[in-house]
Amino acid sequence: MAEPGALRAYWALLRGQARSQTSYRLSFGIDLVSNVGATALDVFTVFVLFGVTSELGGLDLREALVVTGLTACAFATGDMLVGNIERITLYVRTGRFDAVLVRPLGALPQLVLLDLPLHKLSRAGFGTAVYVVALAAADIAWTPARVLLAIVAPAAAVVFFGAVFVVTASVAFWWTESGEFGNAFTYGGRDFTSYPISVYSGWFRNAFAYGLGFAFVSYYPALALLGRPDPIGLPGWVGWVAPLVALPATALAALVWRLGVRHYTSTGS
Amino acid sequence: MTVIAAHGLRKEFTVRVKAGRLRRARRVVPAVDGVDLSIQRGEMVGYIGPNGAGKSTTLKMLTGVLTPTAGEVSVCGLSPVRQRTRLARRIGVVFGQRTQLWWDLPLGDSYDLLRHIYRVPAAEHAARLRRCRSLLDLDEFLDTPVRQLSLGQRMRGELTAALLHGPEVLFLDEPTIGLDVVSKQAVRGFLADLGAGGDVTLMLTTHDLADIEKLCRRLLVIDHGRVVHDGTIEALHARYGSRRRVVVELEEPLAVPPEVPGATLVTVGQARLEYDLTSATAGELLARLAGLALRDVSIVEPDIEDVVARLYTGVPVTDAP
Repeated sequence: MAEPGALRAYWALLRGQARSQTSYRLSFGIDLVSNVGATALDVFTVFVLFGVTSELGGLDLREALVVTGLTACAFATGDMLVGNIERITLYVRTGRFDAVLVRPLGALPQLVLLDLPLHKLSRAGFGTAVYVVALAAADIAWTPARVLLAIVAPAAAVVFFGAVFVVTASVAFWWTESGEFGNAFTYGGRDFTSYPISVYSGWFRNAFAYGLGFAFVSYYPALALLGRPDPIGLPGWVGWVAPLVALPATALAALVWRLGVRHYTSTGS
Repeated sequence: MTVIAAHGLRKEFTVRVKAGRLRRARRVVPAVDGVDLSIQRGEMVGYIGPNGAGKSTTLKMLTGVLTPTAGEVSVCGLSPVRQRTRLARRIGVVFGQRTQLWWDLPLGDSYDLLRHIYRVPAAEHAARLRRCRSLLDLDEFLDTPVRQLSLGQRMRGELTAALLHGPEVLFLDEPTIGLDVVSKQAVRGFLADLGAGGDVTLMLTTHDLADIEKLCRRLLVIDHGRVVHDGTIEALHARYGSRRRVVVELEEPLAVPPEVPGATLVTVGQARLEYDLTSATAGELLARLAGLALRDVSIVEPDIEDVVARLYTGVPVTDAP
């Protein structure tokens, strides 16, 4: 995968996918538009919540929007880039994964590129716009470090969400009928990170925020950007650890994926 | 030079079977149960067996798709699973039931993409494609989206896709399944041509034994995950005592069919007798029947299909030395 020529090969896969999808022009256009909907709805929910309360988990509307925007931007991008890996269930169940494995390319990048949902570009774009607007509206005392964080945090979150997608999708290698199981962690993770974690409590918060690490890629970076202390009491540097959480998540995802491929059993004939 | 080598190759699958209302019991089923293979460069080998014998599973282990449960395997000197991508560049694979082509794109576009994926120099790619186009008559549907191709057209397209990077070994899983006679002949003719060069090693599974008779000198028969025959088709006939059959049509029905030494009477119809020749020649048999009013006589050569059918249904066959 590290060979230089491989990039051209992956580029060819991407072109093939782009051409395939745009061969159905009308449906591609409709997908492009309708995909904004889901993310728009997530953001709208936050406005609705602030219609009944003026503060959410210690943050006001403009501050909370930074959390929501960061998540919307990162999740939509991660979902576009890697999210379609959940189609692995289909590939495994039908044995189409065979055809992927006989090509001289990594299986994971192939799957991602073979099905890259280009129509989700609109959604990623919308998420990014929400993030940028939220940053502009939130009264942030900008320093060079915060500018860097504003870029690194969503990037790390994209990687983190990507890793979550890969791990949950890999379950299909062991459990063919895994179906919607992964969604609890992918879309569930998105919904969790869309709000300040201080609105949650108990074991649920601890499991998702700290156990699985979702808090470190959205809520804490947002606090650091806003210059707010953590109401739960974690030190300020926690807002900067997103890349350190994303990296081991990626390593774990790579490992689980690899084990999964070895465990692949194909189908008859 | 040995291109494909396997020793004690084994693959087990775990299946869950119903055991009571909610309980499910796990059972381990060996799909491939200790296969030894050694295939030399340039050989064309037919790999046959009944459904579920382990043909496809073997092929998938040789191509790096499945990880063997046990045993050693090497193809082109590489370990298929560990060195999968390196091996993929040197082998061509056609799984009859799976496609390597881009469903929504014109056939020609798939070839263009494959050239980049396999990183084949443009001139080499063009030369190979030209050859396939003329031998497999691709021109009339090269611009048609793959989803609109007929099965025969698609299979010709798949074969081409598997060959454009100049593979040393070609694995074909049911390459003629579902094809009409004309397409079958086109595919067989093309493969025979390919094998004649002596550089490409070919291993194919099939249910159509005519594929084997036309293409393969060597035949591997697998049953219940084990190789039960490895040798030429002639050797298979010799081993299982295939016999020529003489079919005699009579002018009038016969009450008592004549016994002929050196031949076994297998079926007796209204006015029809069938003898299998054990030691007698067809001439000797006919001389014995000369007194009858014969309407027609035909001689049926041993059919590999019969031999294999006997092989499949027979009690466990022990490998001859």
